[in-house]
Amino acid sequence: MKPAPFEYERPGTVDQAVKILAQSTGGKVLAGGQSLIPLLNLRLSFPEVLVDINRIPNLYHIAEDEGVVRVGALVRQSTFGDSSLVQSKVPLAAQCVSHVGHYVTRNQGTVAGSLAHSDSRGELPVALVALGGRVRVVSEEGQREIEAADLFVTDFTTSMSETEILVESSWPVLGPEWGFAFSEFALRHGDYALGMIAVAIHVHDGVVDQATIVAGSVADRPLILEEASRQVLGRPLDEHVFSSSREAAVAAVNPADDIHATGEYKRHLIGVLVDRALRSAWKDSTGGING
Amino acid sequence: MAEITVTVNGRTHTENVEPRLLLSDFIRHRLGLTGTHVGCEHGVCGSCTVLIDGRAARSCLTLAIQVEGREVSTVESLASADELHPLQKSFQENFALQCGFCTPGILMAACDFVDRRADPSREEIAEMLSGHLCRCTGYVSIIEAIYEFSRNSSGLEGS
Repeated sequence: MKPAPFEYERPGTVDQAVKILAQSTGGKVLAGGQSLIPLLNLRLSFPEVLVDINRIPNLYHIAEDEGVVRVGALVRQSTFGDSSLVQSKVPLAAQCVSHVGHYVTRNQGTVAGSLAHSDSRGELPVALVALGGRVRVVSEEGQREIEAADLFVTDFTTSMSETEILVESSWPVLGPEWGFAFSEFALRHGDYALGMIAVAIHVHDGVVDQATIVAGSVADRPLILEEASRQVLGRPLDEHVFSSSREAAVAAVNPADDIHATGEYKRHLIGVLVDRALRSAWKDSTGGING
Repeated sequence: MAEITVTVNGRTHTENVEPRLLLSDFIRHRLGLTGTHVGCEHGVCGSCTVLIDGRAARSCLTLAIQVEGREVSTVESLASADELHPLQKSFQENFALQCGFCTPGILMAACDFVDRRADPSREEIAEMLSGHLCRCTGYVSIIEAIYEFSRNSSGLEGS
């Protein structure tokens, strides 16, 4: 339960950090460390070099800019969830963050780290996909943006290269006609969820004209439930819509059995969570009038 | 090896450390402060929780080298020579510990939590406690101890 030896670097700028990553073989970025250090302790990972980015001063921002909230790579999950800007402008993200790890781990764990870690049971990847957000990554060659839907490849694998650092995530600020909900079930609060659902719907003239329903914990990455999302379009949400969307969601997932629950149980759970989240998102979008 | 300078419970220490040395082992083995307990060593049990610059953190998920220049507080910082900290007193009065293994981590997490959440509800306290494993108490008495402390600590300086 002790990490294998590694070299430790603590660059003061992103430029220095990407240079070290480019020159090392098997370098890893250390931000909050709440997923990486367990992997080191369990010796599931033994990087040659750890690049600690915590002393890079310009990665701590939370700021609204051109329709998104930009979140620097070193913003802790607790700071993100407690931010009044995030709560008012990106309520879906604020809702899901209390399910990420525990009170204490959220003090250290970063938003960017949760995204770059690409754990299929992570809440923040599901929320970022539901909102259509993106991330900015930097390497020695320059920088690029990656859409959330293209970032998560499979468990613990993103479309970033080993020499890129995720320096910022962008969370779209959607207007008052949007309704959001996040719903998950875990055996204990903060445990890995058996299933989770994020919903974003846009309501215009009393009917839903845009909808994204995303499931987590049931596949190797956030899964957009396209048919379930289609089922809610073009009408006000009522019992009929809740149940057809729920059925479409259950038909679209095929989670594996594990020690905590059978796949069949988890499929059923996804239906229940879709139902709950849709009701709550509908209420949110209509200010409770029709809820 | 790298030299680090860190303040622990108000005392400044300068030590040579291997980068892979965990903060939990640094605190216990180098500084001899064995109040910080080590349970699972992968962030699940919460017993190694300390404060780093005032915020609760898992010392088993932090490298000693990372706290260079920082201020760390362990459970030893709470009581003065013969007087328990009010939070510790509340644990004693509410029977919130039995074997005591998880207690130091919960005390440190609760210091941060109560500091930041005015008048937390029992539900909020329970949610915070989900990051701490206690096999003796069943948690109810711990929730009560933190609840009582939070209600009595308004106006209590520096707690």
